[in-house]
Amino acid sequence: MGARHLSLNWASSLSSKIAGLVPGRKGKPPPPAGRSYVEFLIESSIRVLGFSTIGFVLLIFFFLLREGLPIFREVAPANLFGTRWYPTFDLFGTLPLIIGSAYVTVASIAIALPLGVATAVFIREVAPHWTREVLKPLIEVLAGIPSVVLGFFGMHVLAPLVRTTMDVPTGLTAFTGAVLLAYMALPTIISVAEDAIDTVPRSYRDAALAMGATHWQTIWRVVVPAARSGIATAVMLGMGRAIGETMAVMMVTGNAARMPISLNSLFMPVRTMTATVAAEMGEVANGSVHYHSLFGIGIILFILTFLINIVAATAIFKKRHRGGLR
Amino acid sequence: MVEKKVSAENINYFYGGNQALRDVSLGVPAHSVTVFFGPAGGGKTTLLRLINRLNDMVENTRMTGRILLDNKNIYDEDVDVAILRRRVGMVFALPLPLPGTIRENVTYGLKLAGMRDGHRIAEILEKSLVQAAIWDEIKDRLDSPASSLSGGQQQRLCIARSLALEPEVLLLDEPTSGLDPISTRKVEDSLQELKQLYTIIIVPHSIQQAARVADQAAFFLMGDLIEYRPGTEIFTTPRDKRTEDYITGRFG
Amino acid sequence: MDRYVKQRMGFAFLTACAIAVVAPILVVIGLIFIEGAKAVSLEFISAVPYGGMKEGGIFPAIVGTLILTVGTALASIPVGVAGTIYLAEYARDTWMTRAIRLAIVNLAGIPSIVYGLFGLGMFVLFLHMGTSILAGVLTLAIMTLPVIISTSEEALRAVPMEFRTVSASLGGTRWQGIRYIVLPQAMPGIITGIILGLLRAAGETAPILFTVAAFYLPQLPRSPFDQVMALPYHLYVISTQVPGMPMSVQYGTALVLLILVLSMNLIATVIRSYFRRRRQW
Repeated sequence: MGARHLSLNWASSLSSKIAGLVPGRKGKPPPPAGRSYVEFLIESSIRVLGFSTIGFVLLIFFFLLREGLPIFREVAPANLFGTRWYPTFDLFGTLPLIIGSAYVTVASIAIALPLGVATAVFIREVAPHWTREVLKPLIEVLAGIPSVVLGFFGMHVLAPLVRTTMDVPTGLTAFTGAVLLAYMALPTIISVAEDAIDTVPRSYRDAALAMGATHWQTIWRVVVPAARSGIATAVMLGMGRAIGETMAVMMVTGNAARMPISLNSLFMPVRTMTATVAAEMGEVANGSVHYHSLFGIGIILFILTFLINIVAATAIFKKRHRGGLR
Repeated sequence: MVEKKVSAENINYFYGGNQALRDVSLGVPAHSVTVFFGPAGGGKTTLLRLINRLNDMVENTRMTGRILLDNKNIYDEDVDVAILRRRVGMVFALPLPLPGTIRENVTYGLKLAGMRDGHRIAEILEKSLVQAAIWDEIKDRLDSPASSLSGGQQQRLCIARSLALEPEVLLLDEPTSGLDPISTRKVEDSLQELKQLYTIIIVPHSIQQAARVADQAAFFLMGDLIEYRPGTEIFTTPRDKRTEDYITGRFG
Repeated sequence: MDRYVKQRMGFAFLTACAIAVVAPILVVIGLIFIEGAKAVSLEFISAVPYGGMKEGGIFPAIVGTLILTVGTALASIPVGVAGTIYLAEYARDTWMTRAIRLAIVNLAGIPSIVYGLFGLGMFVLFLHMGTSILAGVLTLAIMTLPVIISTSEEALRAVPMEFRTVSASLGGTRWQGIRYIVLPQAMPGIITGIILGLLRAAGETAPILFTVAAFYLPQLPRSPFDQVMALPYHLYVISTQVPGMPMSVQYGTALVLLILVLSMNLIATVIRSYFRRRRQW
């Protein structure tokens, strides 16, 4: 009896301490004892595991820094941000890779944005019910196709197509990668854009229609502009997805580390940051300069996607507050 | 002096910056029906929810004062809220059956309390459904979903669900607001039976209902307790002008 | 121009865009099914590869992917579900909660190859797990977490608040309300979230490149510290690293991977729609 009593007290006092750690609960006493010991254990582990997600992000960042920071000591900044990436000759210029990633990403968004928004508008505003019921699951299927399968398709079907139609020496080009990336970003863009269109108040539409606008004018002049900020969020999320995509890009872009600065680079091979890491990490000695440089690229990727996602997330959080979700 | 089952002592209650109750004190005698009435926003429902500490779950609130159940402050540190809520049952304005069957609904509280004795559970199931005046209507379909019942039946099921815990006090927050007159009548009639066994506090959904069921009634206006007297007196000869205005329909 | 003509053209444009989105999906799936079907046989899915992987089957890769998926499930479900319950039921609107949400959004956005780097740095090298199932599974599990959490949180929040209040009013502790009411009601949504997360893990290549995947390993693993072959990586290898690989083998591998992923997708969809119809609120 004594032991059980003690353990209960210990549990409740500890639980009140933990509760006190969470700001905003200070004012109120925690629910007093009487909850069983098991229940206390369950609730505490739920709390700990809930916090663990923060730990994972920090761990990921820590290990990237741990393995990647040495590169800034080992290689001069001029080299590091130079235009030539030839690790075998100690040239670690990341610029072509960064620009390569940006180039492919921007090109993919240029394709995916109009397609995605138009499809979202089609689904929400125009499509008859049965079409919607077919389109939605198909787009979900697209989201589920592994990137390596799309890359495989890109290599064997899309690339030859690009080569023959554009009459270029190889079909493994920035454009090929951008098309694949666009399709990979489409499910995200479509679903976020759909939500955005959904939140446009009914009254806007009714007002436009009442003033004699056609359905098309209403969509084009009222609904889409009103959904602007949501569509911007969709673009951010799509970009985050595209920058980080690895396998498909590596398989179809040809991976030449050259500066894609002219417009016709679109139909030349290009090399992205992700593809570089994926292709080269298998062949480097752990702890070498080259190894550190690949982790350095990892740091850049982490920070880039982190920033993009923060921007996109704040937009989503704002929407939540306005919508009064809880 | 009659022993009070529940007493509120100098209750002040705030939602953020808004004061919902202002220095409210009253005592509720056992085995009677006590009515809290008044216009919306008067604080009656808040006080009701404070008696079984349901407002603990509402964020950003503050309370001063004490609420005694059998002379023990229910806001003391050593009070187990779960046990308190078993002693003080609550029925809400809308019928809120839990997902699942009728049987599962009524025995849910017993399961939470850790009761395993199937024989005893079956006994309580029948007894509480009888007390809530719904047994005859549903005894043949205890295992059909609670959501298949009509609104009036659902509300009586919810009453039965509270009664299954054999509470000492039963709180009812506008229990008939969603019901038709016949179902309302059935619920009101069962209250008269139930007060033999329980102490009942009810926020009625109309003054007529208040007058019909009250042994004593408390009139709340904008967070103040205006008047608290036996039901036979307050509805016929209110002392306070504001009570009279409300009862005769001049405001609210 | 007449504005109704304009409208007709506009709608035609929207329809064209939708077709441009959907048609390639059908082409990809159709082509892989048609071409892949030529290679897939009982031997293909049950034999080990030989002859420079050009002959035999892909059995070790299938088993490897199944092991990785199950392992990821074991590691990610407890953390994911607990994290979801914490966020949906316990967390209040504090800076800590916001930090957790930010962390989840961020985890969801981290490129898969960066997970691969992290897994290499932490599990393979720092914790000396070596290139192993354990290292790969842990890497994939962390990557899967945000998917599980964000999908299941929706499911928990969809359970009406009133149920929790009723449970509390009947003497239930917060955990009892979650255990007996919220979780059972949200279970279909949670399962859907878990499947969607695992589906992603099963199809990923980048995170397993340096943590677990074996180029060629014609036997099954004996311990969590062994390497395995995996379908996505195998497809990558045979389509880019092995010259002269017969197309039928490549398409066959792609088909098996696609079927695995699509059937998980289908299961998730079926669960979701079945329970949505049966729901009582």
